Amino acid sequence: MRDTPSKRPPNPIGRWALILAAVAGSAAAFGYVGGWLAPGRLSPAKMIDTLQANSGGAHPGYRRNHAKGICVAGYFESNGALAPYSSSPLFGPGRTPFVGRFAIPGGNPYAPDSSVPIRSFALRFDLADGEQWRTGMNAMPVFPVSTPEAFYEQQVASRPDPATGKPDPERMKAFFASHPETTAFLAWVKTAKPSPSFATETYNSINAFYLRDAQGERRAVRWKVVPDAASPGTAPAEGEKNYLDADLGNRLASGPLRWHMIMTFAADGDPVDDAASVWPDGRKEVDAGTVVVASVTPQDSGACRDVNYDPTVLPRGIEVSNDPLLAARSAAYADSYLRRTSEEGHLPGTASKKEASR
Amino acid sequence: MNGQTMFHPFARVLHWLMAIMILAMLFIGAGMVSTLSEKHTWLVNLHKPLGMAVFVLALIRLGFRLTHRAPPLPADLPAWQKLAAHASHWMLYALMLAMPLIGWGMLSAGGYPVVLGGGVRLPSILPADPALFAWLRESHRYLAWLFFLTFLAHMGAALMHGLIRQDGVLRSMTGGRRR
Repeated sequence: MRDTPSKRPPNPIGRWALILAAVAGSAAAFGYVGGWLAPGRLSPAKMIDTLQANSGGAHPGYRRNHAKGICVAGYFESNGALAPYSSSPLFGPGRTPFVGRFAIPGGNPYAPDSSVPIRSFALRFDLADGEQWRTGMNAMPVFPVSTPEAFYEQQVASRPDPATGKPDPERMKAFFASHPETTAFLAWVKTAKPSPSFATETYNSINAFYLRDAQGERRAVRWKVVPDAASPGTAPAEGEKNYLDADLGNRLASGPLRWHMIMTFAADGDPVDDAASVWPDGRKEVDAGTVVVASVTPQDSGACRDVNYDPTVLPRGIEVSNDPLLAARSAAYADSYLRRTSEEGHLPGTASKKEASR
Repeated sequence: MNGQTMFHPFARVLHWLMAIMILAMLFIGAGMVSTLSEKHTWLVNLHKPLGMAVFVLALIRLGFRLTHRAPPLPADLPAWQKLAAHASHWMLYALMLAMPLIGWGMLSAGGYPVVLGGGVRLPSILPADPALFAWLRESHRYLAWLFFLTFLAHMGAALMHGLIRQDGVLRSMTGGRRR
């Protein structure tokens, strides 16, 4: 009966209003969920904008944090000791290749190596079955804060004063005073010095994760890679800005560099979801094998350039904890990755990548 | 004319099931890239398998649509509205097939493993390439906008048929008694 004339209600104003309300309500709900109608939400874009602003603006083509770095390649030689704790084939005896990257924190790719007392080491293990394990580790034992909101506040507080080019010490003091969770980090950073070499540093996962064994049982862990290299190398010349890459190249010229991957297991009651608190000494540790760095390539041509070291990309047998910083790292890294790949691909509206080819 | 007035029951089940899934996908997608909170991780982990489920159902639905007649639009419907109805329907079909493929391709081009959860991993369908990743990622964003706007038009038009014209078009998909 589709060809019968349609019967229209005599006064359809109310019905039109209903339809309008349904459409507008749906649009408003979408706007809220997407954040356009929730400007107070801490979004990945807001975080990356802030990191960019702290680094003297965007540096097209570069990561928005840990911008200055160098690509390395090598393999993980597993000794099998971790296999009872994780079902990942990565931890069975044998070799797994990786694409790695050493870097220093901060969004400025031209920052002096001495500008921060922290170095970072990121790895993407490529498992034979096509799975991946990505981890971004830092040469510090603990993170300053526990939440993305506090990290954001820290970034806002440490924005360089245009007059001095340095963060305002009063604002920093006020930030740390209002964040008692920073105590462990502050105690460490007082003693920290910029290392003259990537090779002599111990790099920590900082966030905790779970290992899941073949029986389905999970255990909370943090990991670190501990260097075999003992010689601190020669101290850089006074005023030298770029010495880490040369040091790495020199060391690799005489052979591969090795780190032991140590898994530390939480005891009952240890905080699993708080990167700002250290676990006490004496926790069970398992040496899972050796991370062997064999070669180095500049980051603008190396394989690490196009890798987003999102720490939530994990193989079976390793799982994320509820540490809120893990989700935040994943979300923020994705935004940074989209910005730099858009610049790399010359997408309309993106800044020229000219600078990156320097 | 005493033609068919209702969609086939299988088509109606698919329509409403996919309506819920696709609307959920649009909200999950918009939400997961807007937040640094823990919601980000579980929304992403939901987005991927749900997207592939939409893709599989869309293929089934397209096959069914091409082999079964849909009830005709009312004869007195203005030509521009008929055109808008047909164009928006085919737009929705195109998007429900293209969006999961672009998402899959974008993860492939970004060098990410395409993990659906439960130990299921899909192969890469494109080579790792940062520029290709960026183009696909931005296409995914803007086509999601187009998808949502097309949905709004579709819902508004369906309600117009049901509440104003009362011409049986909405009932052909909801089922139920003829008044």
